[in-house]
Amino acid sequence: MIKAILIFNNHGKPRLSKFYEHYNEDTEQQIIRETFHLVSKRDENVCNFLEGGMLIGGSDYKLIYRHYATLYFVFCVDSSESELGILDLIQVFVETLDKCFENVCELDLIFHVDKVHNILAEMVMGGMVLETNMNEIITQVDAQNKMEKSEVIL
Amino acid sequence: MALKIVKGSIDRMFDKNLQDLVRGIRNHKEDEAKYISTCIDEIKQELKQDNIAVKANAVCKLTYLQMLGYDVSWAAFNIVEVMSSSKFTYKRIGYLAASQCFHENTDVIMLTTNQIRKDLSSPNQYDTGVALTGLSCFVTPDLARDLANDIMTLMSHTKPYIRKKAVLIMYKVFLKYPESLRPAFPRLKEKLEDPDPGVQSAAVNVICELARRNPKNYLSLAPLFFKLMTSSTNNWVLIKIIKLFGALTPLEPRLGKKLIEPLTNLIHSTSAMSLLYECVNTVIAVLISLSSGMPNHSASIQLCVQKLRILIEDSDQNLKYLGLLAMSKILKTHPKSVQSHKDLILQCLDDKDESIRLRALDLLYGMVSKKNLMEIVKKLMIHVDKAEGTTYRDELLTKIIDICSQSNYQYITNFEWYISILVELTRLEGTRHGHLIASQMLDVAIRVKAIRVFAVAQMATLLDNAHLLTGNMQRNGICEVLYAAAWICGEFSEHLENPVQTLEAMLRPKVATLPGHIQAVYVQNAAKLFATILKNQEGNTDSTAAQETSQMMIDRLPLFVQSANLEVQERASCILQLVKYIQKLQQKDVEVAEEVSALFAGELNPVAPKAQKKVPVPEGLDLDAWINEPPSESESEDEQPKAIFTKEEPKHSRPRHTEVDEKELARRREARKQEQANNPFYIKASPSSQKVYQEAPGVEHIPVVQIDLSVPLKVPGLPMSDQYVKLEEERRQKERAEKKKKEKKKRKEKRSGRGKKHDSGPESEEDITPAHVVDIVTEEMPENALPSDDDDKDPNDPHKALDIDLDNLLETTARRPLADSEKLPVRSHRAAGAPKSPAEDGEAENATPQEPKKKSSKEKRDKKKDKERDRKRSKEEKKKKKHKREEKEEDLLGGQAEEAAVQSEETKEVEAQPSSTSAEVSDLDFWLSNAPVPSNTQEAATVAAAEADPAPEAPAGTAADSEPEEPKDTETEESKSSKHKKKKQKKEKEEKEKKKKKKHHHHHHHSDGGGEESVQNGTVEEEEPLPPMSNYCLLAENSYIKMVSDGDCDARLWKFVLLSIC
Repeated sequence: MIKAILIFNNHGKPRLSKFYEHYNEDTEQQIIRETFHLVSKRDENVCNFLEGGMLIGGSDYKLIYRHYATLYFVFCVDSSESELGILDLIQVFVETLDKCFENVCELDLIFHVDKVHNILAEMVMGGMVLETNMNEIITQVDAQNKMEKSEVIL
Repeated sequence: MALKIVKGSIDRMFDKNLQDLVRGIRNHKEDEAKYISTCIDEIKQELKQDNIAVKANAVCKLTYLQMLGYDVSWAAFNIVEVMSSSKFTYKRIGYLAASQCFHENTDVIMLTTNQIRKDLSSPNQYDTGVALTGLSCFVTPDLARDLANDIMTLMSHTKPYIRKKAVLIMYKVFLKYPESLRPAFPRLKEKLEDPDPGVQSAAVNVICELARRNPKNYLSLAPLFFKLMTSSTNNWVLIKIIKLFGALTPLEPRLGKKLIEPLTNLIHSTSAMSLLYECVNTVIAVLISLSSGMPNHSASIQLCVQKLRILIEDSDQNLKYLGLLAMSKILKTHPKSVQSHKDLILQCLDDKDESIRLRALDLLYGMVSKKNLMEIVKKLMIHVDKAEGTTYRDELLTKIIDICSQSNYQYITNFEWYISILVELTRLEGTRHGHLIASQMLDVAIRVKAIRVFAVAQMATLLDNAHLLTGNMQRNGICEVLYAAAWICGEFSEHLENPVQTLEAMLRPKVATLPGHIQAVYVQNAAKLFATILKNQEGNTDSTAAQETSQMMIDRLPLFVQSANLEVQERASCILQLVKYIQKLQQKDVEVAEEVSALFAGELNPVAPKAQKKVPVPEGLDLDAWINEPPSESESEDEQPKAIFTKEEPKHSRPRHTEVDEKELARRREARKQEQANNPFYIKASPSSQKVYQEAPGVEHIPVVQIDLSVPLKVPGLPMSDQYVKLEEERRQKERAEKKKKEKKKRKEKRSGRGKKHDSGPESEEDITPAHVVDIVTEEMPENALPSDDDDKDPNDPHKALDIDLDNLLETTARRPLADSEKLPVRSHRAAGAPKSPAEDGEAENATPQEPKKKSSKEKRDKKKDKERDRKRSKEEKKKKKHKREEKEEDLLGGQAEEAAVQSEETKEVEAQPSSTSAEVSDLDFWLSNAPVPSNTQEAATVAAAEADPAPEAPAGTAADSEPEEPKDTETEESKSSKHKKKKQKKEKEEKEKKKKKKHHHHHHHSDGGGEESVQNGTVEEEEPLPPMSNYCLLAENSYIKMVSDGDCDARLWKFVLLSIC
């Protein structure tokens, strides 16, 4: 199970937060801060797995992250997920964003967080991986966006 | 109307949209909070408008603000409004907002049920999809119950997009509404073979998630998964399946044997690292479960270790990390194969990456031996000094203690070294593990008698320098060690070099700044010290010394009498009065020392951790009965459950280096000689060899260096433990020489000497013998301790709690025939709940045989028998108690009629079950024993189901006449597992059932209040809640009454059952 998916930038500003378990807003912010603190102090060429998050998880949970330019993509997962698999999934997520936004950059995420959520919803649902095939994800996202556009015209 | 719409859209033009909001926030960096609060005011205005577009826009902005940490729960109702918009655009915004901020306690959630149902059945697949996605985030038990049927229908939707979402969300539904698992399971299983890979992957995902929590219920799916594993090309699916097999193999070793070959093939063929890694992991799990008895066993281990070594050596840090992680799994069962890669692992300790160092630390546990322990610990101590952040340093500290103390200090050959390591560790600032060091100090001092002299000397120094330990930083756990130091000095005060000085140190005013529980120990042990001093001093002719000591106590103790801590105050005032009295006697020249020390006479022995649990409950003592009436609800609400004896937040203390003075060293040497003389191993040593030891230049030399340290060292880098490493090396050298001599001459004698040295751990192949007799005192157990094998099962284990939900639902459902009350999976209180189609009923019944299959394993049967035996025993113990209750309750129950019915029912069930079970058993057995994968498992299952079907009919029939709302007795591992016996010995069975009856009475007793009513009616017979349950479980239901139970139903104890009638 995936417990949370966080995206924040190099300064710890949240760009997307998706918690698959309920926390109140303050705890969520604390978790984001703590995760940023843990992740940001790591060098570039160390491994992408991290233990020791106090607020989220416990012994069974791990933080798996990737750092792209100005953004950190962090998945908090338990032991039922394959570590390397999740790393691949992050890659798929980022590539999908890249396709959907055409050369994605931090600004796209800042101004269109709702769209990022919609894309994520086609990949992960309720903490479980729904789809890993990028083309399938893009097809569904596009179809929904098309529907939205047709409604605007009406 | 039209005007209104136009007006709305004009308004909308001036509204901020999400992008404007974000931009605005970015432009107001200095007064962000103020800007956002004006935005929220605007949003509130927008939400008041009728235009749904405006509302949706407002909700969209709220979702963004929620991410920034603003509470938006006040807008929950508006979110529901937007969710129910007919336009997909707005609906999506609404569901997104709901998924971000709704949770179980959001009260408007109950308003959404019908809207969600409508969306689920929408002709537009994306409406359905959005609803499913949203629901997956905020599903509540009520929603799960009300929508379970709708979602189940969607599992067979024509569009794979909907199917996969519906399959996936079922897991969430199961979690919230466990009763839905049984009816949904056949369809879920069907989806494993769905033509669409996405749906298939979702089904695998859900079943893996379920099986992870409770693998034994899914063993019967092994053939199907095996087929998938050999046919699927989707790495995601493969990884999940392989992980699932890793969880299943411990339950069925034969499965492991079957898996080895295909997994090995995959390891060789796959190019995907993730898949390779999971294969290796599962092979490890298989090998662990087999542990022996495989001919090509070592080849597989070799393959795994070899592959892992490649991973660890890889430049990719991720692979290195995972390699180490998997290594630690092998370590448990095959330490030898890991030990050969010690070089690599020690190398990883120096890695720059903390994650990797942590993993390497885990492996160290298995790397130590008597030979290299000191060396490894020395290395770790260097890391401790270098480590920055406290997390890693604390981890190091616990690991040092772990590896040293493992298996009863097996690898420690020199306890003086170990004590000095512990003392060195007190130099750590800001560690959380002061108590850990303290408990080690206590443990070693108590259990290794030979070390006490040394330990006491070290602790006295520690106490003397306590003012340096307790620095300015608050919340420093390290001062916990003073607790241990004070206790050791007090308890073993006869070994103290200068007890008066230590006593003085313990009564310094600065002590009053320590946490309360430490002060309390100080006070108590000051009294012990006082007794020892009196004893020493009374021998002298001069009585003034003794009187001076008393005076000092009287002068210093009032400080503690004023303490705010009750414990300290009480102990101090008691002891103060005692000392005053003693002083009076002293002035009259009365000898008091004997009597005073009698206060603290007797040796304290270590008590086994489980001893308390094993004290038998005296007859007639009811631990569950209220002593006083329970306090009213309102009172208990604001009272935080706070343990009375919790430790206070420890204050800071700064560690410091201990001084070692000349006398002490002399004493220490003396003591060591003494111990060695007492050591059975040394008895054989010739006196001359001891002389050699004494005269060894190194031994003399090193202490001298230490003596010169007049200033207590705070400088890291001159750890005194080094001294012992050298000493130890010399000792070993000497020993080796000695041994060579002896081996030639006195072989026989030596062997007998070894025999006596029973506690020093298994003699390793290395010729290192401990410097001390590790007289590890066995821990004491109470008399008449109950022998029990279930000690290891911790009922509070959170994992077990997770297990319960699913365990419960499968055990109570699939294993027994259907009862009348359960035909509808929806515990619906509304007519709207879609009635179940007959087809679904059929499926539900098909679920029955899922369970019995797992009984194929012989082991498990044995386990169950054991369990049963346990239970019987406990039953017999409680028999007397219950007997009394029975008499009382029988009247309440209104006679034996129902009892008889239950009994007959049980009998029938018991007789009906074996046929189906045996069919299933042979089925899985067949698959496991034959190489080809049979594709007809499902057919076999249906055949078995057909066989099982008559079973529910018969008992249900009997029950229906007399009491239609009677639920089936949760028919129970107990009767099932013992069915073979029962067949043979019917009498015994009858007895058992009588006992069972008693159990029922027992429950009723506990249910008092609410339960009483139903008991008197005699309409509801309580069932046996065998499997532990965490949440409310429906017991019985008819149109008037619903009975649910809750409680920590520890199957062994039959305690704490809460019944509620609603």
